[in-house]
Amino acid sequence: MIEKLIIIGNGMAPGRMLEHLLERAPGRYSITIFNAEPRVNYDRIMLSPVLSGEKAYEEIIIHGDGWYIKNEIMLYKGHKIVSIDRSAKTVTSNHGVTETYDKLVIATGSSPFILPVPGHGLPGVLTYRDLDDVNAMLLAAQSRSKAVVIGGGLLGLEAAAGLSSQGMDVSVVHLMPTLMERQLDPAAGYLLRRAIEDRGIKVFTKANTKMILGKTKVEAVELADGTIIPATLIVMAAGIKPNSQLAKDIGITVNRGIVVDSGMRTSDPDVFALGECAEVGGHVYGLVAPLYEMARVAAAQLAGDAAASFVHSDTPTKLKVTGIDLFSVGDFAEGDDRQEIVLRDAAAGVYKRVILKDDRVIGTVLYGEVADGAWFSDLKKKRTDISEMRDTLIFGQAYQGGPSLGPTAAVAALPDDSEICGCNGVCKGTITNAIVSKGLKSIDDVRAHTKASASCGSCSGLVEQLMTLTLGEAYNPASVQPMCGCTTLGHDDIRRLIVTKRLKTLAAALQELEWKTSCGCAKCRPALNYYLVCAWPDEYADDYQSRFINERVHANIQKDGTYSVVPRMWGGVTSARELRAIADVVDKFHIPTVKVTGGQRIDMLGVRKEDLPSVWADLGKAGFVSGQAYAKGLRTVKTCVGTDWCRFGTQDSTGLGIRIEKFMWGSWTPAKVKMAVSGCPRNCAEATCKDVGVICVDSGYEIHFAGAAGLDIKGTEVLCLVKTEQEALKYIVALVQMYREQGRYLERIYKWAKRIGFAEIRRQIVADEAKRGAYFDRFVFSQKFAQIDPWSERVSGKDKHEFLPMAAVGFAEAAE
Amino acid sequence: MNWISIGSIEDIPQRGARCVNTPQGRIAIFRTIENQVFAIEDRCPHKGGPLSQGIVHGAAVTCPLHNWVISLETGKALGADEGTVRTIPLRVEGAHIFIVQEALASRAA
Repeated sequence: MIEKLIIIGNGMAPGRMLEHLLERAPGRYSITIFNAEPRVNYDRIMLSPVLSGEKAYEEIIIHGDGWYIKNEIMLYKGHKIVSIDRSAKTVTSNHGVTETYDKLVIATGSSPFILPVPGHGLPGVLTYRDLDDVNAMLLAAQSRSKAVVIGGGLLGLEAAAGLSSQGMDVSVVHLMPTLMERQLDPAAGYLLRRAIEDRGIKVFTKANTKMILGKTKVEAVELADGTIIPATLIVMAAGIKPNSQLAKDIGITVNRGIVVDSGMRTSDPDVFALGECAEVGGHVYGLVAPLYEMARVAAAQLAGDAAASFVHSDTPTKLKVTGIDLFSVGDFAEGDDRQEIVLRDAAAGVYKRVILKDDRVIGTVLYGEVADGAWFSDLKKKRTDISEMRDTLIFGQAYQGGPSLGPTAAVAALPDDSEICGCNGVCKGTITNAIVSKGLKSIDDVRAHTKASASCGSCSGLVEQLMTLTLGEAYNPASVQPMCGCTTLGHDDIRRLIVTKRLKTLAAALQELEWKTSCGCAKCRPALNYYLVCAWPDEYADDYQSRFINERVHANIQKDGTYSVVPRMWGGVTSARELRAIADVVDKFHIPTVKVTGGQRIDMLGVRKEDLPSVWADLGKAGFVSGQAYAKGLRTVKTCVGTDWCRFGTQDSTGLGIRIEKFMWGSWTPAKVKMAVSGCPRNCAEATCKDVGVICVDSGYEIHFAGAAGLDIKGTEVLCLVKTEQEALKYIVALVQMYREQGRYLERIYKWAKRIGFAEIRRQIVADEAKRGAYFDRFVFSQKFAQIDPWSERVSGKDKHEFLPMAAVGFAEAAE
Repeated sequence: MNWISIGSIEDIPQRGARCVNTPQGRIAIFRTIENQVFAIEDRCPHKGGPLSQGIVHGAAVTCPLHNWVISLETGKALGADEGTVRTIPLRVEGAHIFIVQEALASRAA
């Protein structure tokens, strides 16, 4: 007979338990889950990367809806269990659903501990446990104001770093003298504090929160010493407490958590508990590795294996903040019967400490260089006698026996039973066996089959090295095309890292992204320069020497080394006065060719480089600015005459074109952007093959994008129809800003749109008003620093060296 | 041998170039990120592009016309392309840069 299994809670521990159970005893149970959160099972460890913007929610889902359907599991989302009847063996949810069980699993997790200080109930006080908390923080971060995180442990620091990368001004308030004191000794805590402060996060230690100030919402935090820290957002990350109330209400034994035996059974033999709500052997757990071990044991018991039993072990700790490497495991307190070995390298920011007792490793703290963490952890776990290698122990595995090893060789030297993935308890041998026997080719395959690196992901590098070792040349980790030969990173990773690591100079980018060359090459430097300009319009100082010559001298180089000059004619409209000024310049500087361009401008070709500043000076007097006809930026907005003259015109297309051009000129983009506005569907401005185009119709403005009429020919896609000129401008600007932030350098809009998907672009620009507004605002902000006419700047003497020879030699002798 | 001063290293931006005009044609003087200074003829061996206008990276320059990469040390095209541009001997004394006058004339010959 099929038994009924009910699970209360749908976090990572019960999710893992089900995976084991479905494998060991398929079909034995009919399974029902009640989840108070209205969603599927996702990887909570990865909430920090979601908060910092490095990952999206979709990327951290463990079991999608399809998984529940495939395994015939009934999942009640958003159902909180309000009562359990142990004699009738039923549970009832807050929506009135009652189900019976043969076996019940309680996996209600934990709740954040809220300091019971005055003001803790004010709007603006958040916790950091689930996706709702992260979404609330992301929303609050949009105001770019001040946040205080209460708690300087693992969770608090990840929250602080995430809020900081979202642009908030963050302070951390911590009760103890050093950060993460449960995992780090004071020296490592100090280095961590410095690294946190280097990110612009303020740290208050020995800081006791007295109250939260504010009338209708949070305004500040007051500490016991009287310090007042202004804040509009407060995140409580001061610890967690197991959710054991439900079990307590029905008379199951509860201590700190729900008390279970080593087989995960509560005091009621038909009721199991696991995860953060469970207490086993006097311990409650918050890290994923022991929770997964509970899941394994509970599944085995449910499958009928009465021998399965949970054993306590220390779990290594890592902080998931990009750019901060720390590792800690075991016991690191000082004591008479213990010795320690310490290595410090202040310049490199490295600190390592290994604590020994009876020639065995009992604890390790690594900061700044953590590659040997798995090795030290392995020595500790196996209680290896280290007396033979004591002198070189601290230098790590590579120094033991023979010459120093590269990272891959170091992994090769690990024994098969050494643990690679701490979260999921996966050993090296399990991974290499799976790679060979199942023919795995990618890291995603390895994750799917072994779970290695599938949780926090910090061992991904080790797993990749194992793949290289096992598959040799056949393994190609670079499924991402590197930007150029100077790096292994692709464009998208580089853009993301520039933002999340807050890289604001070219030198910082080359250093932090581990460029293989001293100063890049002609491919990567202009791209990096653009990405930096786009990410930090106000703070980044443009790197002149990383721009292509056209963008350095603001003219277009020709085959003979002369230049062409194109002044801006807004919307393609000119006047007698402008034409006369152009004619005069052509005569004065003997410019050989004058031509009308495809974008409705006038091109003067064959200008000598040394004449450029004088040509611009004369054009400037007539009111001309640069047409940016050379730039990876906004080029031209082509128009037809619209309702001003045309008998078919439906709207003022000329006026709108001029308005768009005046709003957007000067902006840098991944590749050139050409636009057009046509006054009616006859489309005389040829708007339907442009990067962005507008077709005016009686009912408003049809916005088009992603056309091409160059190497490729492609008609545009319709973005949407809007009613007013104001809306048209807003949608177009938001679209271009989205492209500016996501496009790869030299990737035109049509290629970007194809890569991202037209539907996704419509979703963000048309359907999501908040996103559209945010894109628009970021564009407007960036224009404050971009709309400076490069010609008038150079007429005033900027970059003078560019236009003059350094010297002239040998002419006197030649004349003799 | 006749060394002529053509100016100071500070006249040239790092990762940049300046030109020196001579009766025999234009010479490009490059300064790398490591403050090495090189002089080569300002004509790409491919289609005569002005190398002084290119992007300087390491001890090489990429021609602005068709992206040939030329070694500043040897004057040779790097990668798959073949061709050589003349290098001009140069000495840096303190901040001053000198080139050999005879080296200019030898080209006219």
